[in-house]
Amino acid sequence: MTEEVKLMKGNEAIAHAAIRYGADGYFGYPITPQSEILETLMAEKPWETTGMVVLQAESEVAAINMVYGGAGTGKRVMTSSSSPGISLKQEGISYIAGAELPCLIVNVMRGGPGLGTIQPSQADYFQTVKGGGHGDYRLITLAPSSVQEMADFVGLGFDLAFKYNNPAIILADGIIGQMMEKVVMPPFRPRKTEEEIIAECPWAAQGKPAGRKLNVITSLELDPAIMEENNIRFQAKYRKIEENEVRYEEFHCDDAEYLLIAFGSSARICQKVVENARAEGCKLGLLRPITLWPFPSKIIAQYADKVKGMLSVELNAGQMVEDIRLAVNGKIKVEHFGRLGGIVFTPDEVLAALKEKLF
Amino acid sequence: MELNEIIKPENLVYEKPRLMNENPMHYCPGCSHGVIHKLIAEVIAEMGMEDKTIGISPVGCAVFAYNYLDIDWIEAAHGRAPAIATAVKRLNPSKMVFTYQGDGDLAAIGTAETIHAANRGENIVIVFVNNAIYGMTGGQMAPTTLEGMPTSTCPYGRNIALNGYPLKIGDLLAQLEGTCLVTRQSVQTAAAVRKAKKMLRKAFENSMAGKGTSIVEFVSTCSSGWKMTPEKANKWMEENMFPFYPLGDLKNKE
Repeated sequence: MTEEVKLMKGNEAIAHAAIRYGADGYFGYPITPQSEILETLMAEKPWETTGMVVLQAESEVAAINMVYGGAGTGKRVMTSSSSPGISLKQEGISYIAGAELPCLIVNVMRGGPGLGTIQPSQADYFQTVKGGGHGDYRLITLAPSSVQEMADFVGLGFDLAFKYNNPAIILADGIIGQMMEKVVMPPFRPRKTEEEIIAECPWAAQGKPAGRKLNVITSLELDPAIMEENNIRFQAKYRKIEENEVRYEEFHCDDAEYLLIAFGSSARICQKVVENARAEGCKLGLLRPITLWPFPSKIIAQYADKVKGMLSVELNAGQMVEDIRLAVNGKIKVEHFGRLGGIVFTPDEVLAALKEKLF
Repeated sequence: MELNEIIKPENLVYEKPRLMNENPMHYCPGCSHGVIHKLIAEVIAEMGMEDKTIGISPVGCAVFAYNYLDIDWIEAAHGRAPAIATAVKRLNPSKMVFTYQGDGDLAAIGTAETIHAANRGENIVIVFVNNAIYGMTGGQMAPTTLEGMPTSTCPYGRNIALNGYPLKIGDLLAQLEGTCLVTRQSVQTAAAVRKAKKMLRKAFENSMAGKGTSIVEFVSTCSSGWKMTPEKANKWMEENMFPFYPLGDLKNKE
């Protein structure tokens, strides 16, 4: 079969990938820089082809609760937003995690805090990988650094969410959402039938047939002894995800004396930094975490025995650098370089920062 | 007459609805929730829809509705039940979907979700229990608390200058094109219960006929929150709640 290649924005790739994956529903609310996701879905009218439901909700709060409801019936449902809207969704995300429901969330990050700016940023790292809403929970976090990965991570995100009955999030930023690249389109898959859903998700609220116990989707448990057991179960699941689902990419790491660590659009810029540094004779490598949670701590700890220093390059004031330092545990120098509030660094700025902070 | 003579099916005058389970209810004596639960259980069973019904329970006294009715449930965050019901029904159009919400849940924190689900004409039933108080958290002021009515957060009575007016959200919802039935009922007498059940059945039938959003408001008592005996609470409701929230159909589109 010949590959179907198209040129499109990262946001459009998310929309097309969702239809092709066989997603059952998308619920969203417009916010820059990700409105093309909802716009593309509305233009594509998937309800006429695959039967996918697309709805513009009255708010981000309503949208995430629609996702909670749809996920509660075992459907493959998703929402997308950008930073301020994702903040609004945190209550719902916590409920979804607490009820152990699978779903896909997309955050195309912009600069904050507050209403901030519509320009790209990576300042929601903490919010995404450390919780965001209330309670002890984790989101499976995928950080795409290309339009291709925007498309591919829709399927991967849904698959991981359903594998672990846990929400997954694509943590992109305004650059990845808005830039155009060619994409090898994922294949069309049929939506799950009701029979398949009932077989795969026996917990789903699909209407109680005679003879089965009622299914209740809830995160509520007033008995603290049982609530502690629930939390212990969640934590065991999170340890399993940490064990099995870490993903990262290495770029010129083999002989590296220094390492850049960057995700998403920052990693794209850092590829150029590595090339420029090597042209000057500096053995620089790039490690790109693809999953931000679970974080690739083990491989970073291994590199701490091989390289002289690491620079965490992020479009924020220094967030992922804390996880790198935890992994490195003081063995070598770990510094941070970033630009804030929607400003994007140039390769030259990154290389200059590396020399200033680590050499 | 012997007992086995008496319990013959032809002598049956009343039975516990099939869909109500054996769990002891946590509701206070005299509370309207128990009767409303019973009516929902009866209507679902009489329609033969128990295997196709998904209930959305609220945050408030009825948060544990899923402990009493033997159907599938999704327990909502405070106020968000209509958004959840929207997705459940759109993704599963052959299912019968209802929310069960109190006045704080529906008319304060969830006002946006309520109005927009109704305005879209979602094919769902919204069961609205209006007892003019927050029962679960211990008797605080609700959006529907009457003027002058004391609660723990308006201990000297609801003061319009301070707290604004009680919200007649039923009247507001009746104005929306998306609603097909908005009716205000009560369950303090046998006659009221019979009438309420009829309207509840109509609401569920509307949802399956794709007619739009049906809202059944139950003007109710909260004897614990109101600090009255159940009997006195019923009388107080008739004398004070009914004049402000008059019973009857606010809208009933055929």
